[in-house]
Amino acid sequence: MTVIAYFVISLVLALLLFANKNKSLNNAMVALFVVLQCAFTYMSFMAKGENLLYFKMDSLGLLLLLVLTIVSIPALFHRYDYIYAETETPRTRGIYYGAMVLLVMALSMAYLSSHIAVTWIFVEITTLSASALVYHRRSAGSIEATWKYIFVCSISLVFVFIGILFLSIALGSVAETNLTYDSLTQIAPKLDTFWLKLAFVFIFSGYTAKFGLVPMYTAGIDAKDKAPTPAAGLFSSVLMNVGFVGVFRFYQILTHTQVQSWASHVMIISAVLSIFVATVYLLKVKNVKRMLAYSSIEHMGVVALGLAAGGIGYYAAILHLVLHTFAKSSLFMQIGHLYMVFKTKDIYQIGNYFTYNTPGAVFLLLAFVCVTAMPPSGLFVSEFLVFKSLFAANYIYVLVPVLIMLTFIIWALGKNIFKMLFTPVDGFDASNITKPSCVETVSQYILLLLTVYLGICPPDFFVNLINEAVQLLTL
Amino acid sequence: MTNILLIIFAITLLYFSIANRLMTYLSILSFQGVLLMLVALLELHDMNVLNFAFIILETLIVKAIVLPLFIRYVIKKNKIKREAEPFVPYFVSLLVTTMIIVLTFVLSNLIEAVHLNKIYFVTALSALFCGLFLIVTRKKIITHVICYVLIENGVFILSLAVGNEMPLLVNLGVLLDVFVSVFLLGIFINKVGNVINDGDVNQLSSLKD
Repeated sequence: MTVIAYFVISLVLALLLFANKNKSLNNAMVALFVVLQCAFTYMSFMAKGENLLYFKMDSLGLLLLLVLTIVSIPALFHRYDYIYAETETPRTRGIYYGAMVLLVMALSMAYLSSHIAVTWIFVEITTLSASALVYHRRSAGSIEATWKYIFVCSISLVFVFIGILFLSIALGSVAETNLTYDSLTQIAPKLDTFWLKLAFVFIFSGYTAKFGLVPMYTAGIDAKDKAPTPAAGLFSSVLMNVGFVGVFRFYQILTHTQVQSWASHVMIISAVLSIFVATVYLLKVKNVKRMLAYSSIEHMGVVALGLAAGGIGYYAAILHLVLHTFAKSSLFMQIGHLYMVFKTKDIYQIGNYFTYNTPGAVFLLLAFVCVTAMPPSGLFVSEFLVFKSLFAANYIYVLVPVLIMLTFIIWALGKNIFKMLFTPVDGFDASNITKPSCVETVSQYILLLLTVYLGICPPDFFVNLINEAVQLLTL
Repeated sequence: MTNILLIIFAITLLYFSIANRLMTYLSILSFQGVLLMLVALLELHDMNVLNFAFIILETLIVKAIVLPLFIRYVIKKNKIKREAEPFVPYFVSLLVTTMIIVLTFVLSNLIEAVHLNKIYFVTALSALFCGLFLIVTRKKIITHVICYVLIENGVFILSLAVGNEMPLLVNLGVLLDVFVSVFLLGIFINKVGNVINDGDVNQLSSLKD
């Protein structure tokens, strides 16, 4: 009941936001949605473990829903018109906020859904709302990015759908069953392994468009480059989590069959290739948003490695996913401020940020430490656990190249970020800099602090949620 | 009977690979729509009447009439040149398409599927891979959309194979069809056409590292 109410109210709010032209009414509706989102998260936690129609309040879904709610509040209240504010009209504002509300709603529903086809439908809705956000600037570049994003995501969703069809062939005559994850997990050992393997290949490669792994990661990069920064922050954090959920739920079915080790190998290949691609591009990238997008690809590679390695790796993968969400979304929002000061995304034309916006520059420095997984960043803990699990599962020949590539990534990120912070650039006119809002900067610091806090001394409640999610795989 | 229809569908794929005008593509698409309608008519006998009627009407109206007409409208409106402009010679396209069909045929004979009529599997996978191949080798953006519709036709065939046990999935396939195709075409091609005049993929290469 709560789920349906939430769905209908957010849909109505999104439509009203589309139609509305008044600024204060717009803000009031966004605030109302934030309240609704918080209330829905609270209600879902109260109803933990319950099955409602096609939705189940299980621990993985709840954990990611909580993370989404935390990240979406600053994302919704951040300015999106950092640059070219004069081209913004009430209509573009309406489309922006309507699409954001729709995106957050679809993500929440996709996390909680307990039916493989329902997950698919909501992932489809995230594609549609995300493409409206990518298209926001209406320049030739954003049209190109939107076109690529819609096209690649549509093809990927067709792949997922084919995977679901193969899965239903695998079910074949196995009695009366439906496509909920629970019942699929129960009958998993009886399923035909050939069709399961085929289904996994298609579903996995389909969801990589969201998850950000080889083969389908490409469109996501362009989308994060062209979307307004708060939206890009959501794309490179919570939207990637939805791909993880899609893969995780299907992998959960496979852990009860003999296909599991085969599927882990597929994931390891994809993960190592992703980290490789991220390394290569990070070494030559010139655009600061694309740089962060490639760094997300690398982190998702680490998550997939943890999931494939098993053991403590399951725990580490989920922890890494959550911490990466906070670190990367706040970093993207800070890039909005950087963009506001320098009016460019080109790393070669950005420099000496410390002089122009000190709080933002300090944040960027700390976020660099966080995102490259150096202590005291929480990502250090999770990455360390992932490597430990790889070591324990005898994947040392995977571990060594991955560590070498990560070293390259730290160097590449460090080179670019330190250049932006300290090296002055020629011909930069510092006379009319717009000062970024300090409330927004504080919210970024809070997200970053969460990354450290949850990694170093995680509260029991948080650890329990992750452990329960891991139990879905091991029981 | 179904087998004959599906074989004709596979033959249309070969025709697709050598067709050199956009309008020919559209005629093939609407012909495929009719074929799919007939297959659905013959196969989905266990379904309830309302759902059955919905699917038949959808394949006939949307796949065979509305989508081709709509794409035609977009082509006329944006004054896109009527040739397909492939990157590779038609002969090579024909050869590759034939190889794809042969390979999926061989693949399907290697597997043991008790619950599946293999001809569905062969046709659907051939349509998928041919669609992907044609997307890669054709220059125009509008041909990408046409090939996407081709892939969806293939997926629809696959969903018919499990249609009697899982009617939900057939409906989902239809949903994908209507939703994405209309979205892709209606909202976007207009904009792409306005900004990028000739609708050539070479103009979509400014975003890179």
